Amino acid sequence: MAVMKMTKLTLGPIAYHWSAERRRDFYASVADEAPVDEVYLGEVICSKRAPFQEAELPTIIERLERAGKRVILSSLAEVMLKRERKATEDLATMDSHEIEINNAAGLYARGKQPHRIGPFMNAYNEATIKWMADQGATHVVLPTELPFPAIDAATQAARDLGLGVEVQVFGRASLAVSARCYHARAHGRTKDNCQFVCEDDSDGMPLTTSDDRPILRVNGIQTQSESYVDLMREVTRLTGNGVTHLRLMPQAVDMVAVAQLYRSALDGSLDLPEVEAMLRQICDKTPLSNGFFYGEAGYRRIATASPA
Amino acid sequence: MSLAELICPAGTPAALRTAVDAGADAVYCGFQDATNARNFPGLNFTPAELAESVAYAHAKGAKVLLALNTYPPAGKVDLWRQAADTGARFGVDAFIVADMGVADYIARTHPGIRLHLSVQAAASSPEAIRYYCENFGVKRVVLPRILTIPEIREIRKEIPCEIETFIFGNHGLMVEGRCSLTNYLTGQSTNMDGVCSPASDVEYVRHDDGSMSSQLAGFTIDCFGPDEKAGYPTICKGRYAAPHRPEGYYAFEEPISLNLSRLLPELIEAGVHAFKIEGRQRSKSYVRNVVKAFRAAVDDIRAGREANIADLVALTEGQKQTQGAFETKKWR
Repeated sequence: MAVMKMTKLTLGPIAYHWSAERRRDFYASVADEAPVDEVYLGEVICSKRAPFQEAELPTIIERLERAGKRVILSSLAEVMLKRERKATEDLATMDSHEIEINNAAGLYARGKQPHRIGPFMNAYNEATIKWMADQGATHVVLPTELPFPAIDAATQAARDLGLGVEVQVFGRASLAVSARCYHARAHGRTKDNCQFVCEDDSDGMPLTTSDDRPILRVNGIQTQSESYVDLMREVTRLTGNGVTHLRLMPQAVDMVAVAQLYRSALDGSLDLPEVEAMLRQICDKTPLSNGFFYGEAGYRRIATASPA
Repeated sequence: MSLAELICPAGTPAALRTAVDAGADAVYCGFQDATNARNFPGLNFTPAELAESVAYAHAKGAKVLLALNTYPPAGKVDLWRQAADTGARFGVDAFIVADMGVADYIARTHPGIRLHLSVQAAASSPEAIRYYCENFGVKRVVLPRILTIPEIREIRKEIPCEIETFIFGNHGLMVEGRCSLTNYLTGQSTNMDGVCSPASDVEYVRHDDGSMSSQLAGFTIDCFGPDEKAGYPTICKGRYAAPHRPEGYYAFEEPISLNLSRLLPELIEAGVHAFKIEGRQRSKSYVRNVVKAFRAAVDDIRAGREANIADLVALTEGQKQTQGAFETKKWR
């Protein structure tokens, strides 16, 4: 139990183009009510969206820190244009907050200063994690598609090097990023004249197959899973094995309740079937999946016996 | 003017010999396992085949580049290291890598052999490229297929290594090395297993009205009328419906090939060192025709002659083709 008490719950950066007002309200409720220890902030997906958030950012940081949350700033996953290179360099050379780097351009700017490795950095194995640790990484978020045996081996290696290890346990999986904006494309536009149509889809734009089967979600240049990853049932295996941080990705559902349920699962204060039923209700019709964890197709929900 | 080397695909020893005979400056290939991003059944090389192939290529003045461009999952790193050691023993001319751990191992263990940064590393800015150059001694970067020519020209000025770009073949539009679409539907990973929309999960289903659907792991990726030719179900080339597009549309990209032949002179002028032809999964005759045509065009351009671009354009005649991101930002 002692190990589990130390496990931290984190809230990943918002992947979607939520309005400034919605973000402010969201983080106010996170500050007041969500039992998460650490919150990642910043625009990771689209550099065009960043200006909409910048004005509010200091207020949000202050609000979260006042509530006792540690704030980490996340960098862009894709860096190509001048403004993206500049934003990445500006963030990577900051020393006021911890930063999470999601692109090699950020690693280049950061040098050997301490930093966290984000989920887009492809830290798949012990050799890469060792390399990253030697360059100043203090913490690594493992790729969402990593199956448990590899999570296990990567975690051992990272813990031996003194690194924090984080695994996404809730929310849509990032499946791909592109230079092209698929939100704009759906509306007959291009990235440069997108008019921010992505703001209309606070939980991603659903794609369905021609026989009406939901399959993927589009979020600007990002493609996400239709299902929410849910590793509630696998949490004890992760923490027992040394994973230090469990990441919840913000979705357009009651995230305070999601965080409370995951906290209950960690504490063992509620029975697992009960917690799972409540989570199922919160997520409404969205399918829940854990396939990646078991080395199966990511969308699958693999049934397991209830842990004793 | 750049050297404009022609880098050609070799899915099998026979294709390798064909590409070399047709005028490839270099061929790229991989072993029959997860260490490369074209881990398809019936493709790739045994160690013995690689040894013979290196000898064949070198005798004819061509180089062999070994693709070790996937990401080893934790606990399986040794397979990638052994592949590098084997390649080094047989005298390959360069390794094409993406994973930092693999790059670090090769830089330390085989410092005499060139490292090329795979497109799977998704290095699309001068800073990202310099990170790999300065840390691992990377000599060449294979640029993602997402940059315009003016952008490539700018990058060229800011990096200390050579540039290789794709000019022909599959039009990959996701940032490579960051795509788990196949794993989401099939349980096989592009990054870890070298698999993309695997044939073993493909099914073509004929319906009562004569139409045909192409499926991957039971998901319908596209539908075709009775008289249409059914395409291969690659997830990012599929047809889906969205709230604003209930009729269904190609949400990411149409089934289309990349053909930059018209841009060849401009790319050479922009300082691109090497041109990559995609298609390790292609037949010998395809490799022969494509390599011959590009060989002639590159030689003409380098000699200051007018290249017969029409021949190159004709290579994809009857198929849809695109210049993708290279021509205009509007592709994005």
